[in-house]
Amino acid sequence: MFDWLFTDDWFPKFDWRWDFAWEILPRLLEATLNTLIAAAAGYLIALVVGLFLALAQRTNYRTVTFAVREFVEFVRSTPLLLQIFFIFYVGPQFGVTLSPWVSGMIAIGLHYSCYLSEVYRGGIESVPKGQWEAATALNMSTLQTYKRVVIPQAIPPAIAGLGNYLVGIFKDTPMLSVIGVAELIHTANAIGSETWRYLEAYTMVGIIFLVLSLPAAGLIRAFEGFVRRKLGM
Amino acid sequence: MEDMSAFPLEITGEDVPMVSFRKVRKAYGSLVVLDNLDLDVAAGEMVTIIGPSGSGKTTVLRMLMTLEQINGGVIYVDGQPLTHMSKGGTLVPANQRHLRKRRADIGMCFQHFNLFPHMTALENCMEGPVQVLGLPKAEARARSEELLELVGMIDKKDQHPSRLSGGQQQRVAIARALAMRPKVMLFDEVTSALDPEVIGEVTNVIRKLVSEHNLTMLMVTHQMGFARDISDRVCFFYDGKIEEQGKPADLFGNPKRERTQQFLSAVKEAV
Ligand SMILES: Nc1ncnc2c1ncn2[C@@H]1O[C@H](COP(=O)(O)OP(=O)(O)OP(=O)(O)O)[C@@H](O)[C@H]1O
Ligand SMILES: [Mg+2]
Repeated sequence: MFDWLFTDDWFPKFDWRWDFAWEILPRLLEATLNTLIAAAAGYLIALVVGLFLALAQRTNYRTVTFAVREFVEFVRSTPLLLQIFFIFYVGPQFGVTLSPWVSGMIAIGLHYSCYLSEVYRGGIESVPKGQWEAATALNMSTLQTYKRVVIPQAIPPAIAGLGNYLVGIFKDTPMLSVIGVAELIHTANAIGSETWRYLEAYTMVGIIFLVLSLPAAGLIRAFEGFVRRKLGM
Repeated sequence: MEDMSAFPLEITGEDVPMVSFRKVRKAYGSLVVLDNLDLDVAAGEMVTIIGPSGSGKTTVLRMLMTLEQINGGVIYVDGQPLTHMSKGGTLVPANQRHLRKRRADIGMCFQHFNLFPHMTALENCMEGPVQVLGLPKAEARARSEELLELVGMIDKKDQHPSRLSGGQQQRVAIARALAMRPKVMLFDEVTSALDPEVIGEVTNVIRKLVSEHNLTMLMVTHQMGFARDISDRVCFFYDGKIEEQGKPADLFGNPKRERTQQFLSAVKEAV
């Protein structure tokens, strides 16, 4: 019934070569490390900037709130790829020349900070009003209230959302290949154009992404449980 | 614009009231919640506010805690304006800095406790002293433990609020407020969210405060028996005004106004 699967004109395309796969493995592993570094650095930027964007949208200064909200909307409604190109290619015209790595980190970090700011905002809004009032009754300043009362309680409900974007950022790192960051796709492309063999490299890249993404959901859930326990909630 | 010259920059002389509401007005949009409220509470006095739902009882406490802005009049605490500050010889609305300075005299306990869930009982009590008053940790701890002892919660000092019953949480909340050494304590229906069998643990703590500490207290409650027992004075609020006030024996035993009589008999029937 499935004989056609094994006809000669179809099957040869599947000529997987283990020796070749073995040979390119070190290069791909190095690229994996680069991908992980890119994702981690971008994510760290996004975590910090995102928090500030979320807080800036809650200040009493209307212009700040308005400007930040518009910025977030703008970034969220334009493609990441465009933002990467913009920072890397258009930046120099304004006297800002950055390496592919730095441009990439900034683009991806800023892009995701806008998404993370929404997650933070949700977390902050989930803190009951009574907590703010209790902090006022203790005469805490706004800064102290955020730092000691609101943010610690806003984090646990935000962890799942923040974690999803960690996987998202990881899967978006291939976009950095367009400006020459040597992450996985960039390396697989390079291998392809050097050797005219694509099957092994792309398959292995797919498996690497899969293996790294799959456990993420479970780990994030475990981390959320850990944080909640740690905070006694 | 209100004419602020009718209000003194500070209250001086003998027997300065600890709290003084002067012609205080509060409105939400077109809904006037409190109109021209005048209420003085003497130092060390325990005043209880009773009245039907929506009569503005909570609002009085929240204005004093600066959780609500007032729309007219002035509130003074210990002779100094709370909602206003003097500037160029007249009173202007207080800024954040002024509020932070004056608010230190006031502490409040809420119906739903509002303990910080990510801190243990002890940490809840130490938070204000350490962060706001800048006390050394050891001193804040000693002070907090003493107060947890007072409210009978010292054995549970390392528990998080989620592990405590409502009555226990409320007692921790009282200790937390006291740890800031306020001159005035506000209690807004602190037993309303509690199961009947644990109400006593909280009221007993308040009784102890009344008999052993020289605090000025303003309390809203629906527990008439408790109010009668411990208050120096009871104010009956109706529709944003003080309809009647007096010593508990008089107000409960011999209410003069018809609305007070109606309210008290309605409450009695409900029990
Ligand atoms: N944030 C708000 N916005 C609009 N109206 C409000 C707000 N807070 C309170 N009110 C209104 O103000 C009035 C007084 O409310 P308040 O909470 O002081 O009443 P209360 O005497 O404490 O009642 P209860 O016994 O039910 O607690 C009510 O009519 C209430 O609906
Ligand atoms: Mg109320």
